[in-house]
Amino acid sequence: MCNTCGCNVTPGNQPFINAEKPQKGLTTISVLQNLLTHNNNQADHNRAHFDTEKVLVINLMSAPGSGKTSLLEATIKSLKASLNIAVIEGDLETENDALRIKAQGVPAYQITTGTACHLDAHLIHNVLHHISLKGLDLLFIENVGNLVCPASFDLGHHLNVVLLSVTEGDDKPSKYPVMFKAADLVLITKSDLLPYLDDFSVDKAKENIHNLANKAPILTFNTKNIATIDTWGSWLMAEIKHHQARLLNHQTLKPKIQTEGITIHTQTSKKLHPVLKPKQ
Amino acid sequence: MHELSLCEDLLEQVLNIAKKNHAEYVESITLNIGPLAGIEPLLLENAFSILKVSTLAENAELIIESSPVIIVCNDCNQQSTVSVNYLICNLCQSNNSQLISGNELILANLALYTAS
Repeated sequence: MCNTCGCNVTPGNQPFINAEKPQKGLTTISVLQNLLTHNNNQADHNRAHFDTEKVLVINLMSAPGSGKTSLLEATIKSLKASLNIAVIEGDLETENDALRIKAQGVPAYQITTGTACHLDAHLIHNVLHHISLKGLDLLFIENVGNLVCPASFDLGHHLNVVLLSVTEGDDKPSKYPVMFKAADLVLITKSDLLPYLDDFSVDKAKENIHNLANKAPILTFNTKNIATIDTWGSWLMAEIKHHQARLLNHQTLKPKIQTEGITIHTQTSKKLHPVLKPKQ
Repeated sequence: MHELSLCEDLLEQVLNIAKKNHAEYVESITLNIGPLAGIEPLLLENAFSILKVSTLAENAELIIESSPVIIVCNDCNQQSTVSVNYLICNLCQSNNSQLISGNELILANLALYTAS
């Protein structure tokens, strides 16, 4: 059941889920649907568009002020000669971030969410009418700065990258386990400030991520250190290559979303899914 | 905050099912939300009390149940009940574990009142 409808009922949690509760005079219907079915269907549709154009889509998430936009500026500077990159920016207000990205000479589209604390698959779909995917290698979605809500929403992207700046504290992964468990890569940013901080230990941060049973790579990054930019760039290049190989196999990748279907002892390929055709 | 948009999705699903079954009204809605789903039950209840007004679910009881966080170790096969930020095997201390319970976000069942 769980593999087809995505409701994430597994042999492990099945005893706790009260599907049938007979009540006198009433019809009881067992539903077992994921509460985010509507968003997830839209996300699959978005991913079909991305996969048709063979573009790898990365969702960047972090607390406000962790350096997502600075990361993008440095990344674009370093890679724009070899890759076609575009950016979707999510913020509550202002177009400041999109302007910063456009100044780097790549297409950027700003979503201002007003008061909404996260992007969802429908907001991303609206942007697809304004941004051309033709010829793109890599699309970044810079989510609203927030370590809570964005973790629950599949946007149609392939990978989650979560930033943790050294000024935030090394226990952030323990405080926000849903977000950090969903990361495919964690970037410890502003590492140039480490000498000035006596309360952030990179090892402790890594241990806290390790304790979430997340085996994602963890890189340190700062925009003034070319070596850290290059390491991150190599990870991106490798991921684009992996993605192209998957697409040739007619497979795509769904992001780790805490509420997606899991079954006991699934293989490492559990996130692989067949490529869908975009509905017109 | 995202509980509000989640609740819109939930209510849409509930009302569709109620309509399909020709229900006069919805008596109760049972959800299962695990501690690792990233959803705060209290905020979802608040959102529901606003959104349900003037729908078939206006007087429905929202029952939110939860599951424990359980992992199974890929190294030693031990099953452990753990806390949300320490998904480490109780037996061999490995972090090579698979979450098997605790991240549910499920509409489990609906009780509908039908006239016939």
